[in-house]
Amino acid sequence: MDPKYKRNYAFNGIAVLLLVGALFWSRGNLDGYKIQIMNLIAVNIILALSLNLIYGFTGLFSLGHAGFMAIGAYTCSLLILPATYKQTMFLLQAPMWPFSVMHAPFFVAVIIAGLAAAFFGFLIGLPVLRLGGDYLGIATLGFAEIIRVLANNMPRVTNGALGLKGIPSYSNLWWNYGWCLLTLYVMVRLVRSNFGNALKAIRDDEVAARAMGINTFRYRLTSFTIGAFFAGVGGALLASLLTTIDPRMFIFTLTFNVLMIVVTGGLGSITGTILAGIVITVLLEWLRFVENPITFAGMTVPGVPGMRMVVFSLALLFIILFRHQGIMGRREFSWDWLFGLFRKRREA
Amino acid sequence: MKKGLVLGVIVVIAVIGFMMIQGQKAPEAPAPEPAAEAPAPEPAEEPEEEQAAVESGVIHVGVYLPLTGQNAFGGQLELDGVKMAHEEKPEVLGRKVELSVVDNKSDKVESANAVKRLIERDNAVAVIGSYGSSLAMAGGEVAESAGIPMIGTSCTNPLVTQGKKYIFRVCFIDPLQGAGAATYAYKVIGARKAALLTDVANDYAVGLAGFFEKSFLKLGGEIVAKLNYNSGDQDFTAQLTEIISKEPDIMFIPAYFAEGAIIMKQAQELGVDFQIMGGDAMDNPKIVEIGGDAVEGFVHTTFPYDPSMKEMNPVARRFTDNWLAKRSDDPNVNAALGYDSYMILIDAIERAGSADPEAITAALAATKDFEGVTGLTTINETHDAEKPIGIVQIKDGKKQYIATITPEL
Amino acid sequence: MSLAMFVQHLLNGLTLGSLYALIAIGYTMVYGILRLINFAHGEIFMLGAYFVFWGVTLFRLPWFIAVIGAIVVTSFAGIIVDRVAYKPLRNAPRISALISAIGVSFFLQNFAIVVFSAIPREVQRPAWLVKVIIVGKVRILPLTLVVPALSFVLMMGLLYVVYKTKPGLGMRAISRDIETSRLMGVPVNRIIALTFGMGSALAAASGIMWALRYPQLQPVMGVIPGFKAFIAAVFGGIGSIQGAVIGGLILGLMEIMIVAFMPSLAGFRDAFAFILLIIILLIMPTGLMGEKLEDKV
Repeated sequence: MDPKYKRNYAFNGIAVLLLVGALFWSRGNLDGYKIQIMNLIAVNIILALSLNLIYGFTGLFSLGHAGFMAIGAYTCSLLILPATYKQTMFLLQAPMWPFSVMHAPFFVAVIIAGLAAAFFGFLIGLPVLRLGGDYLGIATLGFAEIIRVLANNMPRVTNGALGLKGIPSYSNLWWNYGWCLLTLYVMVRLVRSNFGNALKAIRDDEVAARAMGINTFRYRLTSFTIGAFFAGVGGALLASLLTTIDPRMFIFTLTFNVLMIVVTGGLGSITGTILAGIVITVLLEWLRFVENPITFAGMTVPGVPGMRMVVFSLALLFIILFRHQGIMGRREFSWDWLFGLFRKRREA
Repeated sequence: MKKGLVLGVIVVIAVIGFMMIQGQKAPEAPAPEPAAEAPAPEPAEEPEEEQAAVESGVIHVGVYLPLTGQNAFGGQLELDGVKMAHEEKPEVLGRKVELSVVDNKSDKVESANAVKRLIERDNAVAVIGSYGSSLAMAGGEVAESAGIPMIGTSCTNPLVTQGKKYIFRVCFIDPLQGAGAATYAYKVIGARKAALLTDVANDYAVGLAGFFEKSFLKLGGEIVAKLNYNSGDQDFTAQLTEIISKEPDIMFIPAYFAEGAIIMKQAQELGVDFQIMGGDAMDNPKIVEIGGDAVEGFVHTTFPYDPSMKEMNPVARRFTDNWLAKRSDDPNVNAALGYDSYMILIDAIERAGSADPEAITAALAATKDFEGVTGLTTINETHDAEKPIGIVQIKDGKKQYIATITPEL
Repeated sequence: MSLAMFVQHLLNGLTLGSLYALIAIGYTMVYGILRLINFAHGEIFMLGAYFVFWGVTLFRLPWFIAVIGAIVVTSFAGIIVDRVAYKPLRNAPRISALISAIGVSFFLQNFAIVVFSAIPREVQRPAWLVKVIIVGKVRILPLTLVVPALSFVLMMGLLYVVYKTKPGLGMRAISRDIETSRLMGVPVNRIIALTFGMGSALAAASGIMWALRYPQLQPVMGVIPGFKAFIAAVFGGIGSIQGAVIGGLILGLMEIMIVAFMPSLAGFRDAFAFILLIIILLIMPTGLMGEKLEDKV
């Protein structure tokens, strides 16, 4: 075995152990508010990674993430809600069979949620992936909006605008980061495999890829379906984290939030996505202080509602104007790079 | 070649992320000294670590309301009400009460975060909020699992308090309101044929429309048209033209007031001559300003308070006078409910004799005949406030409180 | 359905459609030249509406002056947005400019919340615009005639500029090939600024008319109309002005007619619009009037 290879494995192991240690530590030392933010970070990373696979690595401009999340969230919620509770919650119209009785443990429910989203991804991808560029974006955006309209208008399945509430709060640090790591692992393996090379080839030059004998449509569809799967998983985890969902959550701005993370991190950079997922989630929460009264140099400035998003949007503009390719561009942060840095310094 | 290599690196980044969050702790206010270091228990366990707040002498009360976004018009008024009550009673049990206000942006995820923040960082012993049932539900789940009492201001959907130990509200619920509206429409206005125009994407509208329909049918009325639209729509001409062709006696629109004003303007332009009726979300001092002469004659149900009320209890009288002395606009029920929820909380803390969340919860549940701006308030076994229903009509360009009714369920 | 009712629906749909069309033109002009979906367009629309009603209520300006002033100020706002947020990204990946556009949209919306407050404001309309005329059983608001007429005049003016003037020639040249145009001596940056200015002026005009038709001002008022108009632009073939007009009119008429003919399905209205959009795109992948963009090999 290549010693470098061995070393990297060892460091990976250490890193995972560190993460587990950090999770243990934070469970004991952080308050619920911070743990909530950590959970949101994990979910956002899952969502952003799945979009990065579709957009960053395959070059499919997809704006349908909110739709896949909605499918995942509703599927998972309906599966983990106790049947008796569903009956009392559907105030206006009784739930429809089989949605009224179906039940599954959390892990299974999340997987089914992902599969359901993947199934819809496959169905919608079959026709629309033939479209190119921005038109694909619009078509997928349309799909997400259709899902939301359906959720509003099918009260016997989704409880309509009233939404679902009291969803068991199974999703915790372990589940979220477990799924986050799994997503990460799948993405890394996928991107580094032959399959991933084919995806990147399609992204960079579709005509050339086709000339090389790559069945571009099949690769695009597969990538889209896998992305949809993880978007569904993210939606399911989010539903269990928030314990209440309704169709209004899944408006198109939700997709924009995920897209924001992906682009800020760098299209086609896994580590960039993770970095941006952390930065943006934390930034959004941390910026709340600008809406509280601030005492500065003896003067108290009253808090202004809406100020936080003003500052946030400025920060976003700032990042994108000064780093056109996002924080990481297409580069990745890796052990080799890190050690290469040390070596260079030693040589110098 | 370097399979699985990036993976590890990412984990390191994740760890850096934790440090970032951790780093955030530094600029924190020095409020919680011992409690923050103590091993935080699982949420949903008995919350015994509120000592930090108890010992510091200040009682922290959290407020989360929609100050921006779709529901800002209601949230800001409620905040004004809460603040006014706080100015009147800034102390309880000889200790200062401090308000922490967080905007939930009319958004569910933000609501959950806001309540988490209030409870964990601001050490709130109780939380007030929110306008909007879906926001209150998202926030309520957090408060419930943390074991911190929450008082809903004007979240009227029955699901908000359903099966909850720590969640209360100072308003009545939609089944009652829907029945009240139907009773008034059938018995007083004498309507037999009703039409519904509902925002299908709005939980409040869907719920209230459903309850109105049930009660109206039960009373012997008929629903001649049920038309829908989606939040954000501004053109209702197609729906209204359809409703006009069905010739109803009354049209019930469970909309928010800004949307309702636009609906009524278009109705006027289309020559609607039947009665239009709405729910408590139409109650806003600006309704006449925004709706102009299109809202003339409009009737809506509301909580039993309005500055135009003839017989006011002393609390309501004082509230109205104080408000009018300070500001140029009229107070409304949202402000009144904000005021009441704070006062009921202070009353509960007083009766409990402690600022311990469990004690406050018990005292809140036992609230009986509390005299507030919106009348005598009793918290029932489902943690909802039992109140009669007020009817307001816009007459001669002014909001007029015209009746108080008890619905026939 | 009686004829009177149908005519009533038709008029309402025409008004809504021409408003969508005006907003859609702004999207399509910018897209045609820069291949950028200008998500801030809906917010420019909102600013236009606010400016004119400020002029009327705060500065007591006569209507006519207030409208002209608001259009001028708004078009400058559009040019500034381009300078600050899009120009530095001309050579960056297109998606960066898109994110920048989303950022600008967030910024303007929240800036409006901070400055104008999130509470909706009333709009006082000149009385002659809202005095109902009754023809047979049809009730006509003068406004519902003025809006399509004015939209038509504006569109004609725009088409004149694009097809009959020198700057218009420049615009068309840039939309073909930005680099070659530069080499041929077209003042690219100035033409792009002009495009933003004109697009924003149209957005302001439609914002003002929108506020007259649906008399309320809110910081978020641009989001849904902007979104719908954008759909209309894609529908008609983004990049084509005629396409945007046709797309806007079809969308407006469809929104009304779906409710008119299938009242029980009114809640599904937006879903129908999108299903139609997806079907159109599948049959005609660049919209109704869009040009095929060549894939570079």
